[in-house]
Amino acid sequence: MSKKYDAGVKEYRDTYWTPDYVPLDTDLLACFKCTGQEGVPREEVAAAVAAESSTGTWSTVWSELLTDLEFYKGRCYRIEDVPGDKESFYAFIAYPLDLFEEGSITNVLTSLVGNVFGFKALRHLRLEDIRFPMAFIKTCGGPPNGIVVERDRLNKYGRPLLGCTIKPKLGLSGKNYGRVVYECLRGGLDLTKDDENINSQPFQRWRERFEFVAEAVKLAQQETGEVKGHYLNCTATTPEEMYERAEFAKELDMPIIMHDYITGGFTANTGLANWCRKNGMLLHIHRAMHAVIDRHPKHGIHFRVLAKCLRLSGGDQLHTGTVVGKLEGDRQTTLGYIDNLRESFVPEDRNRGNFFDQDWGSMPGVFAVASGGIHVWHMPALLAIFGDDSCLQFGGGTHGHPWGSAAGAAANRVALEACVKARNAGREIEKESRDILMEAAKHSPELAIALETWKEIKFEFDTVDKLDVQQ
Amino acid sequence: MPFQSTVGDYQTVATLETFGFLPPMTQDEIYDQIAYIIAQGWSPVIEHVHPSGSMQTYWSYWKLPFFGEKDLNVVVSELEACHRAYPDHHVRMVGYDAYTQSQGTAFVVFEGR
Repeated sequence: MSKKYDAGVKEYRDTYWTPDYVPLDTDLLACFKCTGQEGVPREEVAAAVAAESSTGTWSTVWSELLTDLEFYKGRCYRIEDVPGDKESFYAFIAYPLDLFEEGSITNVLTSLVGNVFGFKALRHLRLEDIRFPMAFIKTCGGPPNGIVVERDRLNKYGRPLLGCTIKPKLGLSGKNYGRVVYECLRGGLDLTKDDENINSQPFQRWRERFEFVAEAVKLAQQETGEVKGHYLNCTATTPEEMYERAEFAKELDMPIIMHDYITGGFTANTGLANWCRKNGMLLHIHRAMHAVIDRHPKHGIHFRVLAKCLRLSGGDQLHTGTVVGKLEGDRQTTLGYIDNLRESFVPEDRNRGNFFDQDWGSMPGVFAVASGGIHVWHMPALLAIFGDDSCLQFGGGTHGHPWGSAAGAAANRVALEACVKARNAGREIEKESRDILMEAAKHSPELAIALETWKEIKFEFDTVDKLDVQQ
Repeated sequence: MPFQSTVGDYQTVATLETFGFLPPMTQDEIYDQIAYIIAQGWSPVIEHVHPSGSMQTYWSYWKLPFFGEKDLNVVVSELEACHRAYPDHHVRMVGYDAYTQSQGTAFVVFEGR
């Protein structure tokens, strides 16, 4: 039935608060943690978020009568208390599938976390979770290779991958940098990594780095008889530059490249992931800038959303924090989003911070990368938390070894394998961590020295962003 | 006083992937690992290759994958039979996971020369 144009300002809740609505399987669902300005009713705040992140604007406009807004509008269908927090609440919003361009994470985020985050009626707003419908997931490329293919290419089975970032992270010449890569790989690491800050600076242009690193990788592979790789960072000034670097990595016969998906942007990331899929290249993803967006408990975007977005945009490995190292990350929350990187179905579980059932269908999985302030003593806990489908990266914990990076690498490899062997044999590796490591050190002077070097280093600070569950 | 360095010389070793950095396992330790493969619901697979071909993707199967084999002793006697038939070959134990179409684990039990 046609409607009449009635100019003016209506309350958002008249149109966008629909508590009777039953979400469709094809709807994209979002959960926002909202903190409104004082005196604004919850329903009005929640409806405003639904409106401003979909079809609405502050005033009624004549041109909305040219279409059927009932079909296109986002709707808030549920409001929930945040446990232990009186000023905030959760708003659940359903968006029709047709609001989004197929396969475009850029488009989804532009809508959901666009203007609405600056909206004056809100004091804070945080996007806690998104349930992507299968109909949308099927339009995304996802990981260019995925966990299974990556294992087959690298010939690594039954254990986490072992890596490290080359340090110092800035200032080495290409030749010196290649030397450090060679030392790590000959010592027993599977993979080494460009630091995220390494792009193509005056002290080391990218082509220099790529050539020396390729030589180091091939030599280490030849000498150890194992498959090796180095994440060549292709993050660049322009997409054209990025593709040029990726092409050169392929020319050098390197197995894996890397991209920084938040600073580089989702459009660049999706493009590079597509390139990797076409060219049989693995893709490692760094997440610089994420903590700016995800660390505040009441404002921004939770990392579980950014992790889901990356799985859809494309990447074979993603940094997830370590739980035990120098960087922020609570254990249950981390388990919640690494499930979303790796599993084909993840059920709603508030104790892990997952607000929705998420079906990933046939989308391949992403390796969880644990990196940042970890050393051999953390190995049992890391294996227990992250399991086999992970990549454990020890930077300082490799190069800081008194005998150098090769010995540091060997120490980590021995520790990792000792923990895997003990776990498989049915031992409780976290409880028995000390015994397992000390036994292994009897056969490895490199590990014995590493255990002595890092015995007192801990990072025991409370997490800033905790799960909202009643204690 | 003669100079004594505390820095050791790390020598590169050729290894065969998982467990390559641990000392050779005892028989009991190998049994534990095979029991783990069976407990995971994976199929035991025995593969072997001449050391010169250790970096090939495909090693030769010993017979066929032992689909659904739950008996630890059967797997162990097949491993030994493979080693007797190819004493100079590397022999590895694979836990094959048909659900993921991947190897749940793989490690070398006998090293050839």
